Amino acid sequence: MAAKSIKILSNFRRFCAIRSVFFSYKRACSSYGQTTVDDEEVFKFSELCSEFWDINGPFQALHTMNRLRVPLIRDALLRDTEGKIGTKPLKDKNILDIGCGGGILCEPLARLGANVMGIDASAEAISVAQHHAKHDPEVWERVNYRCMTAEDLVNQSDGFDAVVASEVIEHINDPEFFVETCAQLAKPGGSLILTTINRTPQSYLLAILGAEYVLNIVERGTHDWNKFVPDDQLASLVIYNGFTIHMIQGLCYNPFTRQWSKLGDTSVNYALVAQKEFV
Amino acid sequence: MVGSTLACALGGDEALQDKKVLVLEAGPQVKLDKLPELYSNRVSTVSSGSQKLLESVGAWKHIENMRAKPFRRMQVWDACGDGYLTFEASNDPLQHAVNMGYIVENNVLVTALEMELEKLRSNVDVLYKTKLKKFKIPPPTTSDVDSPWAEIVLEDGQKFSTRLLVGADGFNSQVRRNSDINCISHDYKQSGVVATLCFSEPTDNIVAWQRFLPTGPIAILPLSDSQSSLVWSTTTSHAKNLVSLPEEKFVEAVNDALTEDIARNSLSEMASRLMHNVLSTVQPDYLGLQIPPTIESIEENSRASFPLALNHSSYYVKPRMALIGDAAHRIHPLAGQGVNLGFGDVECLRDELRQAAIDGQDLGSLEHLLRYETARQKQVTVMMGATHGLNTLFSTSFLPFVMVRNLGFQMTNALTPVKKQIVEYAMK
Repeated sequence: MAAKSIKILSNFRRFCAIRSVFFSYKRACSSYGQTTVDDEEVFKFSELCSEFWDINGPFQALHTMNRLRVPLIRDALLRDTEGKIGTKPLKDKNILDIGCGGGILCEPLARLGANVMGIDASAEAISVAQHHAKHDPEVWERVNYRCMTAEDLVNQSDGFDAVVASEVIEHINDPEFFVETCAQLAKPGGSLILTTINRTPQSYLLAILGAEYVLNIVERGTHDWNKFVPDDQLASLVIYNGFTIHMIQGLCYNPFTRQWSKLGDTSVNYALVAQKEFV
Repeated sequence: MVGSTLACALGGDEALQDKKVLVLEAGPQVKLDKLPELYSNRVSTVSSGSQKLLESVGAWKHIENMRAKPFRRMQVWDACGDGYLTFEASNDPLQHAVNMGYIVENNVLVTALEMELEKLRSNVDVLYKTKLKKFKIPPPTTSDVDSPWAEIVLEDGQKFSTRLLVGADGFNSQVRRNSDINCISHDYKQSGVVATLCFSEPTDNIVAWQRFLPTGPIAILPLSDSQSSLVWSTTTSHAKNLVSLPEEKFVEAVNDALTEDIARNSLSEMASRLMHNVLSTVQPDYLGLQIPPTIESIEENSRASFPLALNHSSYYVKPRMALIGDAAHRIHPLAGQGVNLGFGDVECLRDELRQAAIDGQDLGSLEHLLRYETARQKQVTVMMGATHGLNTLFSTSFLPFVMVRNLGFQMTNALTPVKKQIVEYAMK
């Protein structure tokens, strides 16, 4: 079982991945991992907070990605709801965000009325998320951040209306087990929303060669192209675990306008939306 | 005006129903209980785009119930030559009744907006006779500070925290000045003289007239069948003189400004005539220059003057802060587009904030505010460049410029597709 343990990388690694794809980050980010308790700790923590929540900072691409992925999640949950959306459309929906980082995706979902549980393997990221949410009453009463892995949660939860893993799978050693865990965490009829990077020559060019070798934006070796999951493989995994696929959508980031857009082509970034069958 | 429109637009928006809006108003509540018989000398040209916005916030029906005068045609011509342009909302003779816009008195506009604001009391509060004492906008990265909100203190000591502070406080905006936002200014060394004009006999009065004099443009905007509003931009000293003239003399000056030919030159006239012949061969239905009705008198005490300047704020937004209307940009009144740019800001900001709410974003986050800024700066700088350029081009009687602009006018007037573009832009 130990061999099957899901290793969700701490979330700064996750963001490194994003950065390297989009050439937008110039700073080596490996220093976050070294956490010795000393005087610099407080400074480092606030610096990390700032980095997570500066919309022009290193996580810029994830902030702007919200404009696509929040509607994706919202619409997946409201699939059966007709007509008006109102101001708190996700009221009473329980959402799990695996690899939530500093809460960039959890906060907007909470503002839409959902009860959001954000989990991450990085204790620092969880502290950042908690610290940031505290200021916003609209968010604070609806989020619950925990430093843990998805597999730890399986026996503790009654199931979620939606399980979200955005920009996570590309760092996981065992995607089969990861999707199986997601399936256990979703309620019957619940949604699964995944966004990740495809394993194609194009993604190799952009994420590995471009970012790590040509432009030297990110330290070499941050990425493992072999861990990227092809869309068809992910789709069969999801189906195998009892889901019906509703959508596979290509996503495209323009580093010049710094905006995301939808795309028919799924060869680099893509999103998958599925619904767990009731039986 | 622009600020109240935003408050109405946000307060009435379905996606923003759970948000609270607070309006800080320096003056007392302006509300006409009864429409005054006399027209006010402060009027706005409301484009059909702005009219649609006012309709969507519910204020337009009140304006129509009070008074608003539509105009269907616009004639722009040059005192130094024969060049002129006529614009119509539609070139289709069957659709002759399309309005290009409306002339609305400012106090009518404000009253209509107040009426709508009163209906929105559940989520919009208005504090009258209040002044902002100070405010603090958090730095872009907010995790370290005590409060990530914009903190506001009023003169009377009341304090508020808000996700978003909107500065709709005019060209001398306190919000802009205290936010260290750079503002480009240009003094036109001109003043605008306003007055309410009365015709000798009632007419259709559906044309907005504008004539370029070397000292600045003079515009006559319809208010009713027998009255129009004057907006005369001229040199500061001339404006001072105009305001102090006896009323009969002033009327004479206005009539002269609308009819008298200035600095005519035979070479320029010949070129224009030649051009006219060519164009009327190509386009036989070429509509001729029309003469505005003669002014008989002015409404007593309706004269006033105000200095003209151009201002443009280098940024319209910061995290948790946005500028709209004159606080962000002030242009030359020659095209009557100043307030319409402000209404355009309102529409754009409302749309961005609505989208942010639908997507669960923090309303004061820079991300969508930047989208507002980019969209508006594109629009505003074009209009600013156009009005500034026209004012400069026509502020001279130097022959080559006179010839170029007159021929340009004639050509543009004949080029229906180009004219259509200009009309569409001005009606936005």
